[in-house]
Amino acid sequence: MDIFYFLIFPGFLFAALVGLVFTWVDRKVTARLQWRVGPPFLQPFYDFGKLLSKEITVPKQGERISFLLAPFLGLLATALVATILGFSIVFPARGFIGDLIVVLYLLIIPSLAIIIGGFAAANPLSSIGASREMKMIMAYELPFILAILVPVIKSDYSVNINLIMLSQQQHGATAGSLSGFIAFIVCLLVVQAKLALPPFDIPEAETELMAGPCIEYSGGLLALFKLTRAMLLFLLPLFLVILFFGGISVSGWHLLAGILKIVLVLVIIVIIKNTNPRLRIDQALRFFWVNCTLLSILAILLAYLGL
Amino acid sequence: MANWKINMLTRSPWVFHLAAASCNNCDIEILDLLTPRHDVERFGIVLVGSIKHADVLLVTGCVNRKNVARIKRLYDEAPKPILVVAIGACACSGNMFRTGYQFAGPFDKIIPVHAYVPGCPPKPEAMIDGVVKLITKLKNK
Repeated sequence: MDIFYFLIFPGFLFAALVGLVFTWVDRKVTARLQWRVGPPFLQPFYDFGKLLSKEITVPKQGERISFLLAPFLGLLATALVATILGFSIVFPARGFIGDLIVVLYLLIIPSLAIIIGGFAAANPLSSIGASREMKMIMAYELPFILAILVPVIKSDYSVNINLIMLSQQQHGATAGSLSGFIAFIVCLLVVQAKLALPPFDIPEAETELMAGPCIEYSGGLLALFKLTRAMLLFLLPLFLVILFFGGISVSGWHLLAGILKIVLVLVIIVIIKNTNPRLRIDQALRFFWVNCTLLSILAILLAYLGL
Repeated sequence: MANWKINMLTRSPWVFHLAAASCNNCDIEILDLLTPRHDVERFGIVLVGSIKHADVLLVTGCVNRKNVARIKRLYDEAPKPILVVAIGACACSGNMFRTGYQFAGPFDKIIPVHAYVPGCPPKPEAMIDGVVKLITKLKNK
């Protein structure tokens, strides 16, 4: 039964399907913001199917095994995040103390997979992209963890995702308070960087690095990276909604409200993506280490004072 | 190729753009296709930065002796199946440069070309027409 949970319902298949739909929302909203028509609804599914049917090429000088296994590493970790987040909503009793920390760790692994794949490809452009991805992880992890302390403090120091959600359903959403709102803004920017969307698309800057760490990937392996990205496009907004907007309850209209909350966060991310130019890597580092870290420390102090 | 593969390929052709010594006129017309007026993302056509991600190789310009080897290498690097579309009079035939001492083309001497879009430069509408003809050719095969 656990295999079923991991592979089908809250886990891999469900998150993949929703993620591909969310990719369509991203592309459609982008197109509308640029006054275009945009792709049809099934476009992400066509792209995925087409990539699966293409030939897989492996670079000659590359590190063969890590090149082939890196996409699977990212996908497995993402499916695990989907399972844990799904459990906290659908089967609250199956959550455990500290699952918030586990999710925080697991959310780094897709980026690590991209780094491993980028270095294993032995292409100068993908190596530069991978090293930039490393710097980005160092940049955004500190403010991310500090900002996530705010919902933990608000929910009476619990590190259980379900308890954080329940305490918000009793006392109101975290983002409703001043400290929660500041922490939400910081987390939103970090999610932007985790998804490598502009203004933080530095690792795969298409005008300088073409496709960044994924440049040597083709066919099915590229499809796995795209699928991981699509799943994160669903899971990270879901994570933010759980931490800051009281999560989702699966009863009648509440479910619809929950879905609307996730889509709203996604649309905010897409709007930020379309209205900002790319930063340089040093600007991004300074932005996260100085501005965002100070903001999240302020948020923690405010939360400690009960604001 | 199986039928579903062709179906998928025609619904999401990702395009890699190779400018082999062109005068940039065709290249600008290709970029016009992505603007709101024509918006080829409606048909799933996206411009990609790496040949490993591409399904269609758009070639422009008149081939000279320096870049023959690079064009061959790029074609070999591409994951198959790959379709090649020659854009512009230079890529199709060599145009007025065909008697030049550096000329080593046209493209179909070097790599197999599946569709030709003549013009100097071809209009974006002509390119869309060329892609539609290519897709119908693939589907009927």
